[in-house]
Amino acid sequence: MSTDAFIYDAIRTPRGKGKKDGSLHPVKPVSLVVGLMKALQERNHLDTSKVEDVVLGCVTPIGDQGADIAKTAALAAGWDDSVSGIQINRFCASGLEAVNMAAMKVASGWEDLIVAGGVESLSRIPMGSDGGPWAMDPATNIQTGFVPQGVGADLIATLEGFSREDVDAFAVQSQIKAAAARKNGKFNKSLIPVTDQNGITILDNDEFIREGTTVESLSSLKPSFQMMGQMGFDDSAKLKYPQVEEINHVHHAGNSSGIVDGAALVLVGNEKIGKELGMKPRARIVSVALTSTEPTIMLTGPGPASLKALEKAGLTVDDIDLFEVNEAFASVVMKFQKDLGVPWEKINVNGGAIAMGHPLGATGAIIIATLLDELETQNKRYGLATLCVGGGMGIATIIERV
Amino acid sequence: MTDSIRFEKDSDNIVTLTMDMPGQSANTMNADFRAAILATADRLEKEIDAISGVIYASAKSTFFAGGDLKELIQVKKEDAAEFFQMVEKIKAPLRKIETLGIPVVAAINGAALGGGFEICLASHHRIAINNPKTKVGLPEVTLGLLPGGGGVARMVRLLGLENALPFLIEGKQVNPEKALKAGLIHELADDATDLMSKAKAWIKANPKSTQPWDVKGYKLPGGAPSHPAVAQKLVIIPSILRQKTKGCYPAPEKILAAAVEGAQVTFDEACTIESRYFTELTTGQISKNMIGTFWFQLNEIKAGGSRPDGIDAYTTKKVGVLGAGMMGAGIAYSSAMSGIEVVLKDVSIEAAEKGKAYSEALLKKRVSRKQMTQEKADKVLGLIKPTANAEDLDGCDLIIEAVFENRELKAKVTQEAEQFMAKDGVFASNTSTLPITGLATAAKDAKKFIGLHFFSPVDKMPLVEIIKGEQTSDETLARAFDYVLQINKTPIVVNDSRGFFTSRTFGTFVGEGLTMLSEGIHPQFIESAALQAGMPIGPLAVQDEVSMTLSRKVVDQTRLDLQAEGKDLPVTPAEILTNKMLDEFKREGKAAGAGFYDYPSNGKKKLWPGLIEHFVKPEVTISLEEAKERLLFRQAIETLRCYEEGVLTSVRDANIGSIFGIGFAPWTGGAIQYVNQYGVREFYQRAQELTKKYGERFEPPAILVEHAEKGDFFK
Repeated sequence: MSTDAFIYDAIRTPRGKGKKDGSLHPVKPVSLVVGLMKALQERNHLDTSKVEDVVLGCVTPIGDQGADIAKTAALAAGWDDSVSGIQINRFCASGLEAVNMAAMKVASGWEDLIVAGGVESLSRIPMGSDGGPWAMDPATNIQTGFVPQGVGADLIATLEGFSREDVDAFAVQSQIKAAAARKNGKFNKSLIPVTDQNGITILDNDEFIREGTTVESLSSLKPSFQMMGQMGFDDSAKLKYPQVEEINHVHHAGNSSGIVDGAALVLVGNEKIGKELGMKPRARIVSVALTSTEPTIMLTGPGPASLKALEKAGLTVDDIDLFEVNEAFASVVMKFQKDLGVPWEKINVNGGAIAMGHPLGATGAIIIATLLDELETQNKRYGLATLCVGGGMGIATIIERV
Repeated sequence: MTDSIRFEKDSDNIVTLTMDMPGQSANTMNADFRAAILATADRLEKEIDAISGVIYASAKSTFFAGGDLKELIQVKKEDAAEFFQMVEKIKAPLRKIETLGIPVVAAINGAALGGGFEICLASHHRIAINNPKTKVGLPEVTLGLLPGGGGVARMVRLLGLENALPFLIEGKQVNPEKALKAGLIHELADDATDLMSKAKAWIKANPKSTQPWDVKGYKLPGGAPSHPAVAQKLVIIPSILRQKTKGCYPAPEKILAAAVEGAQVTFDEACTIESRYFTELTTGQISKNMIGTFWFQLNEIKAGGSRPDGIDAYTTKKVGVLGAGMMGAGIAYSSAMSGIEVVLKDVSIEAAEKGKAYSEALLKKRVSRKQMTQEKADKVLGLIKPTANAEDLDGCDLIIEAVFENRELKAKVTQEAEQFMAKDGVFASNTSTLPITGLATAAKDAKKFIGLHFFSPVDKMPLVEIIKGEQTSDETLARAFDYVLQINKTPIVVNDSRGFFTSRTFGTFVGEGLTMLSEGIHPQFIESAALQAGMPIGPLAVQDEVSMTLSRKVVDQTRLDLQAEGKDLPVTPAEILTNKMLDEFKREGKAAGAGFYDYPSNGKKKLWPGLIEHFVKPEVTISLEEAKERLLFRQAIETLRCYEEGVLTSVRDANIGSIFGIGFAPWTGGAIQYVNQYGVREFYQRAQELTKKYGERFEPPAILVEHAEKGDFFK
């Protein structure tokens, strides 16, 4: 009989613009994590010697993010020497995978208390800078029919008949919801400002949000993946999708997830350790699921992953009160909504990565925090977080407030 | 020291290795050579103290022709381990010589292709006689192979990935001047004497020498694969490659893989990686298809395999072309380009001159691209005489009529022209569909009447289908054959039949595509299936090119002809579809600006959305594989029928004719080789399945049944 895994806390940094002029560019990735670790310790009066492992997602674990940043951060945060750390990579799902892995560790009964989360400083370590055979090794690239995700997102839009106006309208909604959420303090519970060594604030809100974005203002943006598509990737995709005459390149910087820096941590443990440390569980992790779909279109995983998680939990789509579907690209969320028939009112009610950005390794943990906060605000029960993932993978986690 | 490689040392202690393989007109990398180069390398190593340098030279008119294809085509999957060892073995002596520390020079007296150029690459210094007709390069990819003698490893190290890839992946061949510019060779020589003296001079000037990649601190030109600028390109190169290959050709893919993987390891490891990929390609089916057809069968054709024996070769001197339209103008151009005097006749001098202007425009392009001098272009153009007078045809030893596909018209121009033809002249009709025997009845002498079916555009299309009428004599056939070779085209010889071989088989490809559309399959799916099967263009696009009006005319004429013979031509789904497109939707094809596609004046053609509305049934789906097979099987089965009926008389003509004439997927090695490589028995079984599902057009002909039962290949 497995043990229940509870979420005791979930916090995150604000997301900074992932460019040289972004507020978090001067902040080292390890410092982003250390700041959160200290906050977690403080607000839970945490005896860190009780933490058995730190599981951190990071998609490009090289340079400033290299060499097991999880253990490094635990050391840098001054946590007890007994705390272990592991860095994991499941592309964009890394942060949620860390949470799920922590849940599995706890549920197995073999460990009691885990810190899960993730970090990514895209301003310092751009996506893809770690190479890898999937794209870089011609034999593997050819065998797998590699195309960049953006072309996959455009392919989804083409196959589903989402027009440029449709995806832009979706993006505008993300901006409106995010701006409102920020204004109404919806993120206050989990948002931990990034400060320097003196305690001086460097960034205290999601700076990527563009208030006042309209379908009209987006209409001038050029499609991001058209040129590379026409150079060859479109035809590679068409080899697998022979019914497609032409890929409609609808995605651009304004309706795709933003490039940002950020980190998040989730404290996961069993009931016993909570009692021992005097912590109150906020939610139970009900079920987790992974799946993988056709890798060239790549981004259709959230639907099947969510259904799998629901099945494992013995729940239906209707049982879920709120969904967080990572806004990697507008078409990904739109397809999810269409396939599962979820009312729009339940999806990403506080905006998403199009407005606030997607720090790859951290996002999965960030949306768990956002989801939990909103369930509490609305006094609702079930929430589901899901992301599309490189290679065609999909991941989902269902939580229940307790 | 051996027969194949002569070892001669001069007074300066320079050893010239003269490659002169006995009993062969060109040097090749066969077992004799392998033994000789091994022994040579050992001897050089042993006598190194008394040797100041090495020159690779050739006693043949070319430097070296490359791998031994007779040997390569026989290597089977189960021989892989042994073959791999053999490939590794051949690289070892070249590597040994390259690293002796003494200068090694390649004295390139003539063409150095494939394995030949790989020997050059294993030299420190490459000098070529500056003959613009000499070609150097690595064309292995065109036969489904890769340069397995160190060619990939060395080219990448010599030029860097980006610059080496076009030579490796496209098999680009260049003359010495261009080779010098590209960095493939180092020096040009005027003649054989100059070549040897320059080779020796370089050795004396460079007593110690190594390859650049063996020098400490060597860096890959342009950057290693991990260099961001290179890495960025590597991500998309596979996609760019597959835009062309559609995944049908493994060779370019494996070359890319060998090049990139090899660039990340030591030279010796790169050579081994290359050997492994070379083994994979050589033992694979597609290189067999391509070598068999594009090398052996094509050479047999060029050597006169389908030409009657015992008749002296004939050089056509003056050709009359009747009709100066697209086809006539092209025939005139191709003839004049080969130095043949041409009389280009049409009903008016204006029309005839317009036909000549076609040549003028093509020549102008050649001159502007520096492919020809103005002087030569003027000479070619001067050979074409436009006229409206039949008398000008006086003395023509070949007259080709290229007027409209109308029997009465053809009869009229034949009779008008042949009175002026030279006494022993040959009269040819460039018809694509009308039976030759019938057309020959209009001629004075049916023995001297033959069909020469050119393809459009004539200046680009390499094939001519020669059609023997019932009475066509062997002399006439031989002359027509010689003329086709004379104008640098490839002849196939077929017997008379409606649509001959190419038009008839081409029709089945288009017909199958249209049938699929009439079944409700998405038009883009059909087009993609054709392209992914390896066809150069989809059936709907090509039907638009031909125009549906023309297709209907051909069908109507055929039906009338058959009715006259008391036979019936059943109405097909394709015909019903064509009629609907013409009568209901008024869409004739590309020339009319509206067919299966829309042709916007300012952009790419796009499928007409009406196709989805009127024809597509979403519930009808077939697998991509099945769609591809329907398109290829339909053509292959029709080809087998032509073979069975004696329209085709050889497998090689079927293969070459199908690829060069109607674009049958080249990776297959042609329409009959497709059957062989599929497995004759498996093909037969699959044809039966397709018959059951789609109808008797897939019915295996008796000749297929026989071969399948016996387990014989078509040879």
